[in-house]
Amino acid sequence: MSPASFSPSGLPASEPAQHRGILARVHMDLPLLTGLLLLCAYGLVILYSASGENLAQMERQAMRLLIAFGAMFFLAQVHPHTLRRWSPWLYAIGVGLLLTVLVTGVIGKGAQRWLDLGFMRFQPAELVKLAVPMMLAWYLSSKPLPPNWKHLLLSLLLLVVPVLMIARQPDLGTAILVGCSGLFVLFLAGISWRLIIALGMLAAAAAPALWYLMHDYQRARVLTFLNPESDPLGAGYHIIQSKIAIGSGGVYGKGWLNGTQSQLEFLPERHTDFIFAVLGEEFGLMGILLLLAIFLFIILRGLYIASQAQDSYSRLLAGALVLVFFVYLFVNAGMVSGLLPVVGVPLPLVSYGGTSLVTLLAGFGMLMSIHTHRKLVPK
Amino acid sequence: MSGDLNFKDYRREGRLFTYRAITAGVLVVMLLGGIVGRMVYLQVVDHEHFTTLAQDNRVKLIPLPPTRGLIYDRKNRLLALNRPAFNLEIIPEMVPELEKSLLELEALIEIRAQDKERFYKLKRQKRRFESIPIKLDISQEEAALFAVNRHKFPGISIKARLTRTYPQKGLMAHVVGYVGRVSLKDLRSIDASNYAGTTYIGKTGVEKSYEDVLHGKVGLQQVEVNVLGKTVRVLEETPPQPGRSLRLNIDMDLQRVALDALGDVNGAVVAIDPRTGGVLAMASKPGFDANPFVEGISSKAYKALQEDPDKPLFNRTLQGAYPPGSTIKPFMALAGLEMEYLELKEKIYCLGFFQLPGHDHKYRDWKKTGHGPMDVDAAITQSCDVFFYQLAHEIGIDKLEQYLKKFRFGEKTGIDLIGERTGIRPSREWKRERYKQVWFPGETVIVGIGQGAFETTPLQLAAATAAIANGGHYLEPRLVEEIVDESTGEVRPSDTREHTIPVNNHNNWDEIRKSMVHVIEGPRGTARHLQNEHYRIAGKTGTAQVFTVKQDEEYDESKISKKMRDHALFIAYAPVEDPQIAVAVIVENGGHGGATAAPVAKLVMDAWLLEDGGKTPQIKHVVAAGETD
Repeated sequence: MSPASFSPSGLPASEPAQHRGILARVHMDLPLLTGLLLLCAYGLVILYSASGENLAQMERQAMRLLIAFGAMFFLAQVHPHTLRRWSPWLYAIGVGLLLTVLVTGVIGKGAQRWLDLGFMRFQPAELVKLAVPMMLAWYLSSKPLPPNWKHLLLSLLLLVVPVLMIARQPDLGTAILVGCSGLFVLFLAGISWRLIIALGMLAAAAAPALWYLMHDYQRARVLTFLNPESDPLGAGYHIIQSKIAIGSGGVYGKGWLNGTQSQLEFLPERHTDFIFAVLGEEFGLMGILLLLAIFLFIILRGLYIASQAQDSYSRLLAGALVLVFFVYLFVNAGMVSGLLPVVGVPLPLVSYGGTSLVTLLAGFGMLMSIHTHRKLVPK
Repeated sequence: MSGDLNFKDYRREGRLFTYRAITAGVLVVMLLGGIVGRMVYLQVVDHEHFTTLAQDNRVKLIPLPPTRGLIYDRKNRLLALNRPAFNLEIIPEMVPELEKSLLELEALIEIRAQDKERFYKLKRQKRRFESIPIKLDISQEEAALFAVNRHKFPGISIKARLTRTYPQKGLMAHVVGYVGRVSLKDLRSIDASNYAGTTYIGKTGVEKSYEDVLHGKVGLQQVEVNVLGKTVRVLEETPPQPGRSLRLNIDMDLQRVALDALGDVNGAVVAIDPRTGGVLAMASKPGFDANPFVEGISSKAYKALQEDPDKPLFNRTLQGAYPPGSTIKPFMALAGLEMEYLELKEKIYCLGFFQLPGHDHKYRDWKKTGHGPMDVDAAITQSCDVFFYQLAHEIGIDKLEQYLKKFRFGEKTGIDLIGERTGIRPSREWKRERYKQVWFPGETVIVGIGQGAFETTPLQLAAATAAIANGGHYLEPRLVEEIVDESTGEVRPSDTREHTIPVNNHNNWDEIRKSMVHVIEGPRGTARHLQNEHYRIAGKTGTAQVFTVKQDEEYDESKISKKMRDHALFIAYAPVEDPQIAVAVIVENGGHGGATAAPVAKLVMDAWLLEDGGKTPQIKHVVAAGETD
């Protein structure tokens, strides 16, 4: 490995061809990889405390990370053109699987999110998280941008179908994430600001209608979000305890493994959706700022990669994936700190759990592929 | 798709994307700034508020109840102690199948319906992971049976605790009293925080009047709990301060002698050490066993005690108010002498009745034929009524009442027990308040022989007798001799109080005491059968009328029912030369005091003054409390 391979170190500058090292040859982007590894390592430190020093859980999470990084590595090798060709097929498979889940769910008379493949449980929604932005990027990239009305409406249709199917499962969190990924493609494709404002107003108008479509537990979550103290032992309990955990952490935190809210289990779902509160309690504001800094670095690097991409498909896909990653963070942090209602969105790459981990890192694999497969035309 | 002209401007698209990407980046930074702002608000601005909440979540205060002090008699024999008892308790959260476990448990140990009822009631009230009793105070056999089968019952265990027990059963119930579970009513009159975790509180007797001494101070344990309420570790502990113990003046043996001496009849005996005011015996018959009250007596058993015509729950020594009858005569005579209405050798001729000037009504003497000429000594010794009718009339009710007040008749003696009755010391004021009527001179006459509205308690009589014996030092009776701190061994004597009775002429007191000796030693003394060769007694017999005999009618004991028969009274102190014990005895419906009450007093004095409780007729030296050797 030549020392030059480390030289870019995340600086937003495209590397000259002669400086490409081993990492670039295996289609890894060093700054992004560094950011992701840092985040995952930080996440494992928090998880060790959040799981109650459960080594078995740590092992499982490490295994998942390994698999997820494997998926990232694999996808980084796939040329963006190939990705583009896969897009409509992946979308079709994804929607087909969603339909299967819905049907079996109806038969099983209950909420169902996964397919039992015998050796593992597979959540089609995770596939759709990638397939939807791929599909929209594929569709729009072949059209002149910004898209016209016809293309826009068709794109929205392509988006709404899987989103509604996921919302029916019901999985509000994933539905929001998938919906956002599609909207981000549209935003990056350059739809006019007037249209964005109009869509926003339409969404606001649709909110009451959405209320009637929601399940009781979803309504309860929204109501609880608006006034958590109204139900301190029921649905509001999560938010109250999580705010207490974060707030009592103060600037420097109570110290690793010393958070009373998390270690004595007052904090519900401390190792999954509410792991952010464990961080806030044990490492304080400083720990949170460090986490957010890593996130910001990854996101900015991702946006830079997107802006350097050489074709519309790559740009739109890369940009949407990065922004969805941010939405994960924002919804999770907002929910845990009582800014947003409780929707089941994990803290990306930190929360304990498998499927979203693989999807997220697979997405970053695509980003790396996009960045490292550029034709380097000397200017 | 087909209509597309593929008029794509790649440059423009690239610029547009870059512009949008930058916009998105700015939005991301702004929104992250919002998150940071929220964190600053929670972790810096509101930090203290949330720290308090987190602390409230994790720290639980567990009160550590103090061990209750013990109660001893004067010879350190236990009258009240804390016995370990075993409860069968369940932590419902730790029992996989509660109903099934309960059924299996019932097959092993008898569980009554009321036990289960209480269990389910408590289960609704208690916090999670709290232990709830299913059966209180299980027997040794039951405990052993459960221990063998323990593995079958996860979440069910035997919990040891302390319960109060009174080994002397009925002997001391009126004196020691009993504790019971702390009630809501109790909580209003005490510092509730000091009783957090305390099961029992004194309800009657010494247990009640010395509650603050016996109870001690509650301790506190700060523990860290998890979300289930389970204790994780102890953070801080302030140990409880155990209650202090009491050593009573009462002698258990003497108390037993007193109760036995009363035999099958209802009555009361109070024995006081005239040198200290210490109560040596305080017996009220019939008694009751206090032990069932500790865990809560069944309503059936309680009703039976309450409705018993002999009133076993009633402490006759200080709640029973009886006319003092002739036992008041030494006090009357002393009043006459000290206030100079009477001279020692002055004689009154007793015709068998007394008439107020200008009135026809005859106030009869118990001796129909009359006693003939009587001086003070003869009047006391032979208990002549006419002499005292005349004397009372001469003194007048106002002066008489004032003098009797000095001996605290009609006043609380001030004994260290709650629930003492004052009795009635008749006066103009009393009558006006009670009946809204004026006083008649005839009422003064019968007060002279301790009848009419006059009512005293046996305790008052004993304390007043002690004051005669010691020459005017009225000492408030004390049950508790010392308060003992078992942990430090520190002993504090109970506070005593004296009400001095002014002495005009010591000779008067000496003469009255002599007359009281003549009651026993004189040839015509009403209690001359008490005379013995071992020690000398001074006393006075009395008979209290329950039933008023109509004018010119005969009192025929055999004709009236037992309940209407006169009460027999006797007061005494001994030895005459160095009084060590003053006794008051009342035998309800016992007839004449000399016949039934005096022998009871004799047995008590024998037990106290003679070696081997009177079996060896030899005088012993009794050391008073506080006196060193």
